[in-house]
Amino acid sequence: MNFALSDEQEFLKEAARGTLARVHTVAAAREALDGAALPDLWPAAVEAGWPGLLVSDENGGAGLSALEAMLVFEELGRVLASVPLLGHLPATFLLDRGGPAEIVAVLAAGEARAAFVPARPPSDLGDGWTAEPAIGMTRAPAPAFAGGKVTGAVHWVPDAPRAEHLVVVLDDGRAALVRAADATVEPATIYDVTRSIGHVRFDGAPATLLELGERDTASAWYLEQALIGAESVGAIEVALEVSVAYAKERHTFGRAIGSYQAVKHELVEMLRGLDNARSLMYYAGWAAQDKPDEFALAASAFRLAAGKALDHATRAQISVHGGIGATWEHDAPLYFRRAQVSRRLLGGTAGAADRVAGELLTAARAAAA
Amino acid sequence: MDLNDTPELAEYRAQVRAWLDEHRHEAPDSRGDDDASVAARRAWQRRLAEDRLAAVTWPAEYGGAGLGPLQQVVVNQEIGRAGVPGIFDIIGVGMLGPTLIAHGSEEQKQRYLGPMLTADEVWCQLFSEPAAGSDLAGIQTRARREEDGSWRLSGQKVWTTNAQHAAFGLLMARTDPDVPKHKGLTMFVVPMDAEGVTVRPLRQISGEAHFNEVFLDDVRLEPGSEVGPVDGGWAVGLTTLMFERVTIGLGGEGFGWRADRFAHALLADDACTRDAETRHRFGDIATEFLALRFTGYRMLTSLQRGQIPGAEGALAKVTTIRAAIAAGDLICDVLGPEGLSDQRFGELVSDMPGLKSAGGTEEILRNMVGERVLGLPPEPRLDKGIPFSELRAREREAVA
Repeated sequence: MNFALSDEQEFLKEAARGTLARVHTVAAAREALDGAALPDLWPAAVEAGWPGLLVSDENGGAGLSALEAMLVFEELGRVLASVPLLGHLPATFLLDRGGPAEIVAVLAAGEARAAFVPARPPSDLGDGWTAEPAIGMTRAPAPAFAGGKVTGAVHWVPDAPRAEHLVVVLDDGRAALVRAADATVEPATIYDVTRSIGHVRFDGAPATLLELGERDTASAWYLEQALIGAESVGAIEVALEVSVAYAKERHTFGRAIGSYQAVKHELVEMLRGLDNARSLMYYAGWAAQDKPDEFALAASAFRLAAGKALDHATRAQISVHGGIGATWEHDAPLYFRRAQVSRRLLGGTAGAADRVAGELLTAARAAAA
Repeated sequence: MDLNDTPELAEYRAQVRAWLDEHRHEAPDSRGDDDASVAARRAWQRRLAEDRLAAVTWPAEYGGAGLGPLQQVVVNQEIGRAGVPGIFDIIGVGMLGPTLIAHGSEEQKQRYLGPMLTADEVWCQLFSEPAAGSDLAGIQTRARREEDGSWRLSGQKVWTTNAQHAAFGLLMARTDPDVPKHKGLTMFVVPMDAEGVTVRPLRQISGEAHFNEVFLDDVRLEPGSEVGPVDGGWAVGLTTLMFERVTIGLGGEGFGWRADRFAHALLADDACTRDAETRHRFGDIATEFLALRFTGYRMLTSLQRGQIPGAEGALAKVTTIRAAIAAGDLICDVLGPEGLSDQRFGELVSDMPGLKSAGGTEEILRNMVGERVLGLPPEPRLDKGIPFSELRAREREAVA
């Protein structure tokens, strides 16, 4: 038994941190809020081999596992780096298993980008495959496939703008490949500008069905949940590090503020959230590889724990810093914006909580039967 | 990430499983506290000890299996799987025995470890006092040395599990009040049948008495009853507390606080399994229990690499208690008032407010983690470097 990262995995993280250190991504995020263009990190991602991370060796990828993808996302999350992998990796994960090899190779090499157009898998409550709505809580059926064509709309799709290939999950749990040029992708205005998000509409778009089962398309959904969780873990780490450093140097009433229990306990709560999320990240990574039946539970629990911890950590970071934490010049608001969008994307943190309950209740019913 | 057994560990697991299959009919079916159940549970511990399954990590020369924490976890898992009780004296074998092995004299080890292992002599831990819990070094139980080298002991201990069954207690007492409080402490072995020792059950919210109070009225201890150096008891106590964290950290699921068990309880009412709020609350609680399970595997990996468990284990305790409180509330919200009378869940609701303070209050644990793990500056302390006797005088003055 060994439940720690391997040397290779530690090295992958270090290398990712080195790659991202070359660009001031956090400063760029602030400037982007005022309208500046974000730095293009895709060439650096290609150089690091990230676009092909989950593509098998025979298709020209690195053949790594979900855990390695999460480790890269942890590093992306630390510095709010805008690299369109949240849509690309689940898309390539599916295409590698059931798509045209020539397209997979191009995507693995980073010569083109893909976006996963997700649908939430049915739960124990008997709902179908559903898509994010434009507004509100009522989810719509995922796009439908008939006569070689896809019709339907999915909102808030990560990395859809600038993707050339769309892997869309259908209302029956299958998945199809659509050229982005055959769909309408409208870039969304988004509170966290480090994310590239689009509203996607298919109006009889020509599509190729992928040779996959429902299990695979569900796995892609949970993979995306886990990647959001991993990104959150990185952001919590930084919020905690920065807040602890400040609590040691800022003095009030003649004492460092970190010596006050009220402040200390809040920082420890950030650490507790981070530590629990990290344990569940390893669980999700392990399940993806060795216990696929538990991947839905593990990835949902991880998304939930990381999402709640990020929400808490970004608020605590602001309050530990006092008024300055809420100013435009400080980094804390950028992490806060990240948290606010993360908790509401792709079914939301609340959706993950419901899924954890559903998976466990289903298992309990099966055990009782 | 690999949770599979190595071939050697798989072989060990197979042996343990085969042993349990063969001997499970000898296991008691009750986990109760009454005399008959306790006798059966002690007999079962003896049976486990005879085949070196009671103290897996103890050195072989003292009756253990001389193996590592992984093998201990395998034994715990297989005992859980077989549905039989584990050892009776978890506090003795898990915490006090290892303390004696680390700090006791050879004579003490030869005298006490064998009967402890077979549960012929049960042990209890006599640390906490009415006025010293989280601030354990503030204990007031006093031991005075007589001319012949024997000791006279007076004071009161509390929260003592198994005191009513115990032959011996490991007790922390103050031997020098005129030095700062951590310095004048000594650890002793106390025969529980000595004259002047009185044990009284301590009933709590549920009406049950899971703990005791122990009164010590001029109890005479033989020369050589001290464990480790005189006035060096604090370091001995820290060893016990370290083993306590390992025992709790690796054994939380042994209390039955697991996501799957609470999911099963929710099935009692079909409507609640479709209720959005119930599902959300359960999802949150279950996630904390899952996090604890995999935090346990991370801790175990560190232990296996020879790293000493640190203050991080304290966070696992905080999470355990919070999740168990929330789980008891949720199940009883679903069951209604009847839930509070349910033996399993009503007792959970009743016991948790007190357990929140066991092993250090949540507040003091958060201080410890903040200072030792995050490196935050300490809360200003007014007791540093001050002789204990003077500290007590100041406290009395402040209250007067």
